[in-house]
Amino acid sequence: MLEILGDRFTYAVILVLMMVGLYAVIATGNLVKRMVGLSIFQTSVFLLYIATAKITGGAPAIFAYSDLAAGTIPDDAVYANPLPHVLILTAIVVGVATLAMGLALVVRIREVYGTIEDDELSEIDHDDELKKGV
Amino acid sequence: MEPQFLPAAIAAHAPALLVMIPLILSAPAAMITSGRAAWLLAAIGVGSALVLAVEIFLATRAEGAVLSYAMGGWEPPLGIEFRIDALNAALLLLLGSTGFLAIVFAGPSVADEISRQKRSLFYSAFLICFAGLSGVASTGDAFNLFVFLEISSIATYAIIAMGWSRDRQALTASFNYLVMGTIGATFFVIGVGFIYMSTGTLNMADMGRAIADLGANRAVEVGFAFILVGIGLKAALFPLHQWLPNAYAYAPNFVTTFLATTATKIAFYVIIRFSYDVFSINSGLVTNAMLWVITPLAIAGMLVASTQALFQNNVRRLFAYSSVAQVGYMLLGLGMATSLGLSAGMLHLINHAMMKGALFMALGAFALSYGIRRIADFKGLGQVMPLTSAAFTIGALSLVGVPFTVGFISKFYLIQAALDAGWWWAVAAILVSSVIAVFYVYRILVAIWVSPPDEVRKASAKRVPLAIAIPLAILAGANLVFGVWAEPIVAMARAAADAAILAGVAS
Repeated sequence: MLEILGDRFTYAVILVLMMVGLYAVIATGNLVKRMVGLSIFQTSVFLLYIATAKITGGAPAIFAYSDLAAGTIPDDAVYANPLPHVLILTAIVVGVATLAMGLALVVRIREVYGTIEDDELSEIDHDDELKKGV
Repeated sequence: MEPQFLPAAIAAHAPALLVMIPLILSAPAAMITSGRAAWLLAAIGVGSALVLAVEIFLATRAEGAVLSYAMGGWEPPLGIEFRIDALNAALLLLLGSTGFLAIVFAGPSVADEISRQKRSLFYSAFLICFAGLSGVASTGDAFNLFVFLEISSIATYAIIAMGWSRDRQALTASFNYLVMGTIGATFFVIGVGFIYMSTGTLNMADMGRAIADLGANRAVEVGFAFILVGIGLKAALFPLHQWLPNAYAYAPNFVTTFLATTATKIAFYVIIRFSYDVFSINSGLVTNAMLWVITPLAIAGMLVASTQALFQNNVRRLFAYSSVAQVGYMLLGLGMATSLGLSAGMLHLINHAMMKGALFMALGAFALSYGIRRIADFKGLGQVMPLTSAAFTIGALSLVGVPFTVGFISKFYLIQAALDAGWWWAVAAILVSSVIAVFYVYRILVAIWVSPPDEVRKASAKRVPLAIAIPLAILAGANLVFGVWAEPIVAMARAAADAAILAGVAS
């Protein structure tokens, strides 16, 4: 058990983060905290991708200038996979945009409703509907 | 690709231009302050996308034709590929045509509902949403698909929330959609990550080949499950549809019209692509997922969401629940995992866009004239707005599946496919769900045609602007025309289904 954990420590951390984030989204009624949970959840996925890019003993995928000039890139050179990093850069941008959009909505909800607690919001929504007879 | 009717220079880049033109036009639309000018830009963006979609559709007519466009000249599988066959071409055509009708409708509807300063930003967000959806429908790269999905989703949250000036519930509806949608998209990324870890590729066609070579692999199977749940959330697959009813009920009318005809359809397309082409429909994993996950949920959605629709007083929420039920019909076709079933599902996808387009557009016209949305307020509308009410009625009858409407055609093919697969219980579910649909549609139609109008309303009858009347008439007419002359739509759905199956065999 411990060996497996030691072997796959990164994945264990990612899994814990993922569950913490998802739990926070579901369990909290505060909209800002919900956004925080969502961000943690997304970040854990970023880590999942980045963790797969790492290859033991691998260097960044940049050729040494001397090798490039001489045209002798060693056959046994081990490089980390750069693609996941690029993907995650894009995903981070998407995550930031989602967070910004979510927080902007929370600000507007606070202005219009005067609260950002989910249970109070649904109560107000319910009263609204009753008033309109919907 | 072979140019069809556009100049070769444009035709060669049609797949890229289809996404890029709306995306680029969104920037000037955000910068100008005039709502009218922004509307014109949006109409140009969507209109050019429609023209390009027709071009692409004609180019992929031939059986087995696949249009591959290497983005930036980087050859797939390393570069990002836009890969279009008859399946996405049908989707792009649907997206372009319903998007264009919706944008024509948007002129008066948005002017009525969105404040003057916000209109140009609203159209800008709409263009981004449109570009994102067409990107999802054309890309052949799994990660690229995620990015486009999020581009369209984030813009969708913004335009749904714009309904807040009429109804503040739009804000909470949009926020809930944002939370659910982001969880869905993140699940999709996790799934793609698992597949990428196992296969080392992100190109969907290449992924399909690699997965076939890999054989049974737990990581890939888990990836499929994550993708199915994530996209199922976006497609409003029962029971992941909780975001949909309120989002549709409180968004501006134009947004509901556009989303109901396109957004869930695009997500449905992604499910087809992944279950048929990336994964093989014949592999035990997908067959079991179809039989034990998709089909029961589809039937549960058809029955439960239809029943929930019965108890709604808000007409737009009623039709939102009915949309969830209709997604069930499409998924049932998919779940049969046969060529007939898939083409019936595609057929219903196209037809459902016509019915819901007509229905929500008619609701938009009612809202514009009277600002109403409760069934109780619809009393006597048939006398004061007879033509709009007639168009609404056609859409509603089509939803039920009355003969000579498109709804009948798609249910006919769906039942035929179910009988062919020996699924008599699915036929029973379709019939029961249709009967429930009769009841909820009946309540509205009785209010419109039978109940006498209020005295006040008779006096204040307003003409519906042409910009609403024309697209509404086109959609209502399409419901009838293609209900009698079903051949072109059926052929399109069949070609789309064949393309999906063929791509699965090729990989």
